[in-house]
Amino acid sequence: MPAQTLTATLHVNGREHALPDLDPRTTLLDALRESLGLTGTKKGCGLGHCGACTVLADGRRILSCMALAALYEGREITTIEGLAPEGGAARPHPLQQAFVERDAFQCGYCTPGQIMSAAGLIDEGRTGSPEEIREFMSGNLCRCGAYANIVAAVADVARTPLVPGAREPEQGRS
Amino acid sequence: MEFLSPATWEEALAAKSARPDAVPIMGGTDVMVELNFDRRRPAALLDLTRVPELREWAPDGDRLRLGAGVPYAVIVDRLADRAPALALASRAVASPQIRNRGSVGGNLGGASPAGDAHPPLLATDAVVELASVRGVRRVPAREFYLGPRRTARSDDELIAAVLLPAPAGPQQFAKIGTRNAMVIAVASFALALDAGRRSAGTGIGSAGPTPLRAPEAEEFLAAEFDWAGGRPPSPAVAQEFGALVAAAARPIDDVRGSAAYRRHALSVLARRTLGWAAADYRREMAACG
Ligand SMILES: Cc1cc2nc3c(=O)[nH]c(=O)nc-3n(C[C@H](O)[C@H](O)[C@H](O)COP(=O)(O)OP(=O)(O)OC[C@H]3O[C@@H](n4cnc5c(N)ncnc54)[C@H](O)[C@@H]3O)c2cc1C
Ligand code: FES
Ligand code: FES
Repeated sequence: MPAQTLTATLHVNGREHALPDLDPRTTLLDALRESLGLTGTKKGCGLGHCGACTVLADGRRILSCMALAALYEGREITTIEGLAPEGGAARPHPLQQAFVERDAFQCGYCTPGQIMSAAGLIDEGRTGSPEEIREFMSGNLCRCGAYANIVAAVADVARTPLVPGAREPEQGRS
Repeated sequence: MEFLSPATWEEALAAKSARPDAVPIMGGTDVMVELNFDRRRPAALLDLTRVPELREWAPDGDRLRLGAGVPYAVIVDRLADRAPALALASRAVASPQIRNRGSVGGNLGGASPAGDAHPPLLATDAVVELASVRGVRRVPAREFYLGPRRTARSDDELIAAVLLPAPAGPQQFAKIGTRNAMVIAVASFALALDAGRRSAGTGIGSAGPTPLRAPEAEEFLAAEFDWAGGRPPSPAVAQEFGALVAAAARPIDDVRGSAAYRRHALSVLARRTLGWAAADYRREMAACG
């Protein structure tokens, strides 16, 4: 039996995209990357473990690899490309700026997911301490181990004091 | 693969009755793992995300009726006072991203013995509401889990909601995993004290073919707990309670832990949650004068 296809319309970063002939099994992640060419959202595991594929759906952080594109018709999806106004043409989002200033990445593969997750987290308000940031960023893995600087970058934007005694972020590029 | 996307609960029940083989999908955090790795190729998917009722909660007599699709994040943020043990367990599920989508209905649908919602549902004597075109039935959680991933739900039924009794005393939940967050339980335990009935409820996760209760531990604690005075349980009582909980488990050796470790962990979790619940009980007594 030929696979049934369907047509779905996705709202991504303020624009509408019609997806004709969509295989209903297509994940939101694959639709973003392969149909819409938005390759900022990364695929790490496809299992829900790593968080590299994190995007916002109606402002809440979700894993796009654990989402069927067809189920997100009519919801407002924000990816790393759409986080800053006009794709960051004028100025990057404060989180993007903080990640650069804090040197919160090495290879950068996990970074779009980290930043989108942090955007969701700041909105949830669970940023009272570095420990809380760590716990509520636990769905995003970084194989390069840039965690200390990621926490510092999120803390900067959330205005969380990096309390005395907490490990200072390392400075400089390794 | 057929894709069914009902907009109303009536349509969803009709679709499930017409296609009992259709796989429901709510948060998708279990279903997608199977689809992505082709572990399962369902003939039809039944999208429940457009059915508004599944995302709602409301009082039902003196119970809380929680729609099957309410995400864990909402339970943590909004319902911690009305469903304390379930909210504690919800906070321990996976990662924030998964908690924004995953639901108690999905946990019950998959019925993994490691599911974090099960121990609180058992301990608090919650009820699962099942619905089909044939009608609605309410099955106590304590009768819902029948075997490994087998439940009282028939093929043509959907899980509509869970009914949670109003808390009548302290409730606690604890879980052991290989990491502090984002981890499937190696063992988990929920405890609910009922000050009015002077009874205790228990739920064990990840240590048997299904989620389990520890009835002997419940009876022992009901008899030994100082309901009138609220004195902390003696070390001997705590020890025996832990031992009875461990004895009720039926764990196996697997990649996450050995049977012996799971039993040991459960006895520790049981003692620990009892200590916390007893402290809560004293605080509540003091607050009530
Ligand atoms: C990385 C990762 C980590 C995880 N960690 C945890 C954890 O720590 N603790 C834990 O408990 N779980 C964990 N899970 C499993 C999963 O998140 C939970 O089981 C969750 O509750 C599933 O809910 P859902 O709404 O996403 O279910 P779905 O994936 O939508 O559905 C799950 C099952 O239930 C069925 N179903 C869904 N809704 C209904 C309904 N209304 N009626 C009948 N059947 C229905 C589906 O057909 C399917 O069989 C994890 C999953 C991943 C991917
Ligand atoms: S790719 Fe989605 S969590 Fe890893
Ligand atoms: S920067 Fe390389 S994985 Fe995080």
